[in-house]
Amino acid sequence: MTATLGATPTIVLVGHGMVGQRFLEALAERGLTATHRVVVLCEEPRPAYDRVALTSYFSGKTPEDLSMTDMEFIKDHGIELYIGDPAVAVDRDAKKVTARSGEVFEYDTLVLATGSYPFVPPVPNKDAEGCFVYRTIEDLLAIEEYAKTRATTGAVVGGGLLGLEAAGALKGLGVESHIVEFAPRLMPVQVDEGGGAALLRTIEEMGLSVHTGVGTQEIVVGEDGAVTGMKLSDGSELATDMVVFSAGVRPRDQLARDCGLDVGERGGITVDEQCRTVGDPHVFAIGECALAADGRVYGLVAPGYEQAETAAATIASDEASFTGADLSTKLKLLGVDVASFGDAHGTAEDCLDVVYSDSRAGLYKKLVIGRDGTLLGGILVGDAEAYGTLKAFTGSVPPVSPESLVLPAGAGESAQLGPSALPDDAIVCSCHNVSKGAIRGAVTDHQCTTVPEVKKCTKAGTGCGSCVKVLGQLVNAELEASGIEVDKGLCGCFGQTREELYEIVLALRINTYQELLDRYGREEARGGDGCEICKPAVGSIIASLAPAIGASGYVLDGEQAALQDTNDHFLANLQKNGSYSVVPRIPGGEIAPEKLIVIGEIARDFGLYTKITGGQRIDMFGARVEQLPLIWARLVDAGFESGHAYGKSLRTVKSCVGQTWCRYGVQDSVRMAIDLELRYRGLRSPHKLKSAVSGCQRECAEAQSKDFGVIATANGWNLYVGGNGGATPRHADLLAQDLSDAELVRLIDRFLMFYIRTADRLERTSTWLERIPGGLDHVRDVVVHDSLGICDELESLMRAHVAHYRDEWAETINDPEKLARFVSFVNAPDTPDPVVAFVPERDQMKPDLPLLSIGMRPADVLEGSTQR
Amino acid sequence: MTLAPETTELKIELALDGDWFPVCDLSTLLPGRGVAALLPDGRQAAIFRDRSGELFAIDNRDPFTGAAVLSRGLTGTHQGRPFVASPLLKQRFDLASGQCLDDEAVQVTVYKVRAA
Repeated sequence: MTATLGATPTIVLVGHGMVGQRFLEALAERGLTATHRVVVLCEEPRPAYDRVALTSYFSGKTPEDLSMTDMEFIKDHGIELYIGDPAVAVDRDAKKVTARSGEVFEYDTLVLATGSYPFVPPVPNKDAEGCFVYRTIEDLLAIEEYAKTRATTGAVVGGGLLGLEAAGALKGLGVESHIVEFAPRLMPVQVDEGGGAALLRTIEEMGLSVHTGVGTQEIVVGEDGAVTGMKLSDGSELATDMVVFSAGVRPRDQLARDCGLDVGERGGITVDEQCRTVGDPHVFAIGECALAADGRVYGLVAPGYEQAETAAATIASDEASFTGADLSTKLKLLGVDVASFGDAHGTAEDCLDVVYSDSRAGLYKKLVIGRDGTLLGGILVGDAEAYGTLKAFTGSVPPVSPESLVLPAGAGESAQLGPSALPDDAIVCSCHNVSKGAIRGAVTDHQCTTVPEVKKCTKAGTGCGSCVKVLGQLVNAELEASGIEVDKGLCGCFGQTREELYEIVLALRINTYQELLDRYGREEARGGDGCEICKPAVGSIIASLAPAIGASGYVLDGEQAALQDTNDHFLANLQKNGSYSVVPRIPGGEIAPEKLIVIGEIARDFGLYTKITGGQRIDMFGARVEQLPLIWARLVDAGFESGHAYGKSLRTVKSCVGQTWCRYGVQDSVRMAIDLELRYRGLRSPHKLKSAVSGCQRECAEAQSKDFGVIATANGWNLYVGGNGGATPRHADLLAQDLSDAELVRLIDRFLMFYIRTADRLERTSTWLERIPGGLDHVRDVVVHDSLGICDELESLMRAHVAHYRDEWAETINDPEKLARFVSFVNAPDTPDPVVAFVPERDQMKPDLPLLSIGMRPADVLEGSTQR
Repeated sequence: MTLAPETTELKIELALDGDWFPVCDLSTLLPGRGVAALLPDGRQAAIFRDRSGELFAIDNRDPFTGAAVLSRGLTGTHQGRPFVASPLLKQRFDLASGQCLDDEAVQVTVYKVRAA
């Protein structure tokens, strides 16, 4: 079938990768999608996704998370996207493209964005079973499957950027990893010898074996044809179960070659400054398949985006050109910052180096300075904090001496160059080519007041994300400069944030709400009764810190009782008709039959509705206030304790059965879940805390949807944090790998206490991680590397919590004065609330709510009726 | 001052049909919290005490849900006026006037209350 050429001209895009998608967006921005028919032929089984972040698949990102394609966008712009249907032939004379499906498309303009393919050195057995490349999501799925089922050792060929990522991924899959690099150092393109040495040391400390200066000569296979090892150029042999080739990429230019377009000697479709192919003005090539006018093939996404813009502009008859781009990169490889920018290798004439090197700490920083003091480029390994500002200063003379920019903080001369010192034309986001001036404009002209708004408005920070920190600083500086004051106060009573109140309470050992309000509340709120927002928030802070500030750890003691939300006040969960539900703790979801029977008997005797919860325990609904102590007397008697389902505190630690029963389990997940649940039970926090422990990578306990989730590995435990289900699901981020039991507990202690210390009221760990400056990296620095020097304090606060834990319900049923509060009516303690009524449903009962009369007529209301 | 041992405690009383209806001992009521009382006609009152000792009483029924739970809400001060926030959906009610602060069409009954 041949698609007929209508009145509207047709643009056919071959390849739907990151650059292809960007090209479509550029077409839409220029209105070309309205005037043209746009056809996209995509080879992979999924539309454009974030290949730069490919490796994050192994830290929990799903293919859907990685997607960069908004199907609404495709639909809204009438783009015809053919997934899994690559172009197989181009007939330039007839201006037709044939897809694999056999469909033929006529074009007026053809854009090739076919990307590149992984280079596999031509060694014997390179295609054996157990050999992989590292390029697509499908490659990763295959590697994961093989590593989990058939490999204990893996070798990565290539010690560049992708090679290191691949090696880290293998290690994360529990495979012993080797890196084989032909060049004498790691990441030869980006870093020099000094940087390579700093990197090598850090990588080896992580337990990866590095072999530099050797080439691969042959892949050795066993009788079954699967990989067993590899022969190296120094004569040695490396035993390995799998090989991942990641020795660079080559432009995918076969389609262009086949239709007679010019390609470079070492590949790449030859294009001019408008990204138009040299031989055919109707054909463009962009991204990694193109040999740009400056004679280079760019393998980075930022130049590819620029080419996409250029091609779209040219098609729209606008003026644009791509004459080359710098190869600046900033990466976090296996947790190590690596950045290079500008003339990193000092190729300019007469340039000079300023180097700071500390191999012990794995730090290496080099700046390349021109004769006149101009910053030309540099390399940062181990600490790339200054990348954003240094890169933006490249090409100009920085306002402070170069050496002060590379010395570590506190070493005398060191100076921090804030982004406010940047000129307006400095490029802050190089992925999307956004200048500082444009970001300031987003705040001043477009009324953006938050980083997410500015990201949306300017696209800055939506590429590789390395500029987000600088972006945040710029937005804040601009907001302050325009006099927009954002009241970050907790509520109408306190001008401080929850974090600030926490610090005040801890530092000054203030253990009552009234004292805090009267001394630190807003002027107009002092002496008053506070409000429903700050009372529970402060009550929670006091409860979290109780042992440290000399407050009672019992939430119904004295003034604390008046601060608690009704759920905490009655130690049960209020339901819509005024009845409560009761949830005893069932640690790890493990329960003996005898205890199950007790729950069943109690529910039967009190006529309660029972339901299994998502947290692997049992909820009993429909209890009246006055029944709660009677129910709990029996529960406590049977050995149950409060499940804190009512509190902003630890809820449950779910588990799968783990190694004990499951044929796949590698650790005892139930025991760990019970240990964790018992350790953190009763811990009051800014919001509820949920957790889970899975006994193997199959993740049946869904730990990655929890505030802190633990997944067993062959070597210990991986800790994930910041996950969430609910309305805004978020996959948890990997915080640390292969931890021993003690390391795991210590890290969770620190993480939870740091969260409790710094989160806002009712801010789950997922939103907290997204909000706090520096995000996951910052949290990791604080709780893993102790960058703030507070880990001892965090741990001791948690120890105090654990040591002082008492079951709230056991305490309450033994206190007659507290029990007296558990009545429906103060003047008729034995009378149940008649509003609480039930009707039968499916063998149980449900609330029977009388019809409501909303509000009352004002005439029914007494005026000025209050008396002393 | 009387020495009679049985009358040393002040009682909270509500004004109902011109009479004072005793509810409970003043000491039962924790500052910042409420209690519910069952009235002779079957209605319910929520009685509160603020930190200065002042007493307030409104209908216990939450007009937004129908549940009798206002006595279990958290109290506070909004622009100098005392309020309680419903523990169910958090609408606030002025304790002195019964006016809902989040929906001007809604009001709850207010009772006269005293400690005697």
